[in-house]
Amino acid sequence: MDFKDYYATLGVEPGATHDEIRRAYRKLARKFHPDVSSEPDAEARFKEVAEAHEALIDVERRAAYDEIARRHAGGQTFEPPPGWDSGFEFSGAGPGGMPGRDDGDGPGDAADFSQFFESLFGRSAPGGEPGARRGRSGGGPAQGRDHHAKVAIELPDAYRGGRRTISLRLPVRDAAGQVRLQERQLEVVIPKGVRPGQHLRLAGQGAAGHGGAPAGDLYLEIEILPHPVFRIDGADIQFDLPLAPWEAALGATVTVPTPDGSVQLDVPPASSQGRRLRLKGKGLAGKVPGDLYAVLSIALPPSVSDSDKAAYRAFAQAFAGYTARTALED
Amino acid sequence: MADVHLLEATVVVVEEHVSFTLPALCRACGAEPELLESMVSEGLLRPAGQGPADWQFAGDALPQARRAARLARDLELDLPAVVLVMDLLAEIDRLRARLARFA
Repeated sequence: MDFKDYYATLGVEPGATHDEIRRAYRKLARKFHPDVSSEPDAEARFKEVAEAHEALIDVERRAAYDEIARRHAGGQTFEPPPGWDSGFEFSGAGPGGMPGRDDGDGPGDAADFSQFFESLFGRSAPGGEPGARRGRSGGGPAQGRDHHAKVAIELPDAYRGGRRTISLRLPVRDAAGQVRLQERQLEVVIPKGVRPGQHLRLAGQGAAGHGGAPAGDLYLEIEILPHPVFRIDGADIQFDLPLAPWEAALGATVTVPTPDGSVQLDVPPASSQGRRLRLKGKGLAGKVPGDLYAVLSIALPPSVSDSDKAAYRAFAQAFAGYTARTALED
Repeated sequence: MADVHLLEATVVVVEEHVSFTLPALCRACGAEPELLESMVSEGLLRPAGQGPADWQFAGDALPQARRAARLARDLELDLPAVVLVMDLLAEIDRLRARLARFA
C-alpha cells in the first residue's frame, strides 16, 4: 500500500496549525465537492481531501499519523509496523462512528476511506452495528440500515426498461471483527422511463435487521451514460437530424432513429436550421411521457469535382438576389 | 462468491411512487429527525400534514435531503447557506439544460 501524504493533499506544511488545516480543507472542499464542482475528477479528489482532513483535524489521529510519517522513508511502500499504535489512546470510535459521518451517505463517506487510512485508524463497519446508533443502545430489535449506491445504465435500457446485473461492494464486519468488502451481484429490473438522478428502491436489500426486525432498503441512484446520438433533457430526448439543403427546402420523408428503432419522419417544406420537430410521446415514459425532438441541421454537400462546383454555380445564379447576411446589415 | 438475486417485484422509482414518513426519511437519509425538521422549517422540504407525526414527504425529498445533509456536513455550512447553495445549483441546472437545447 502507498503511504499517503495528507499534508500534501491539503497543500499545507507539516507544521500547519489546526486553523490552517481547516481553511485548506474548506477551500478544497468548495472546489471539489461533487455536489457543486464541475471538475471532471471531483468525486475522487474530494474523497482524498476529506480523508486527509479526517486524519489531520483530529488531534489524536494527527499525532499518530505524524509519528508514522517520521518513521516512513519517502518512496517506500507502506506497511504499518505491528503494534505501532500501542502508545496512542484513541478516545472515540473510528470515523465511521463519528457524529454526522454516516456511512453510505455520499462522497465524504468513511466507507470510502483508503486502506491506508483504515490501517492506521480502523473504522466501524457500516451496517454492522445498529446498536451503536444513537437511540438504539438498548440492543432491542432494530431495523437494518438503508444503503445507497449509484448505478450507471445505458440510455436504451432506461428507454425500454430491462434487466441489468449490477455489482455492489458492501463493507461488512466478519466474525473476527475485520472489515471486508463483500461483493454481491443483483439482477435489477430497470423500470421503463427511469430518468437520470432518479432513485430505485429495492425493499429489504439494505443491511440485515437485528432481533427479528426487518432488513433495511437499498437505494440505487440512476446515472445514464452519454449516448452518441440521443441527449436527455428531463423527460424529453433530442437528437440532431442532418438534412441536405433540398430536403430542408422542399420537404422530405426521412428515416430517423429512436432509442427503440427507426421511424419515418416527414420534414415539412421550408424547414430551417435549428427547427425542432417533435415526435409526441416518444421521449421517456412516465406519468407524463416525454417527447422526442429532432433538431434540424443543414448539411452542405461537398464541393470537390467540377460538376459539384458547376452545381453550386447554378445554385448561385438561381438565387442571384439572395443575401445570407441580412441580419448583419443596417 | 456471486449471489444473484432476482428483484423484479420490489423495484420502485422513489420519485414517482414512494412517500416517506419522517422516521422513514430519516432512515433512508441516515439523518437525525432534528436535521430534517430544520430543513422543513427552512422551506427546503415541504411535507404534507400538520406536524412531524403526520408529515408525508414526496419521493424527491430523498435526494434533496441527502444532498442538503452532504453540503452541510462536507462544506460546514449552516442550513440557510445550504438552501442558498441548493437554489443556485438548481438555477445552474436549469441554465445548463437550456444551453444544451440551443447548443
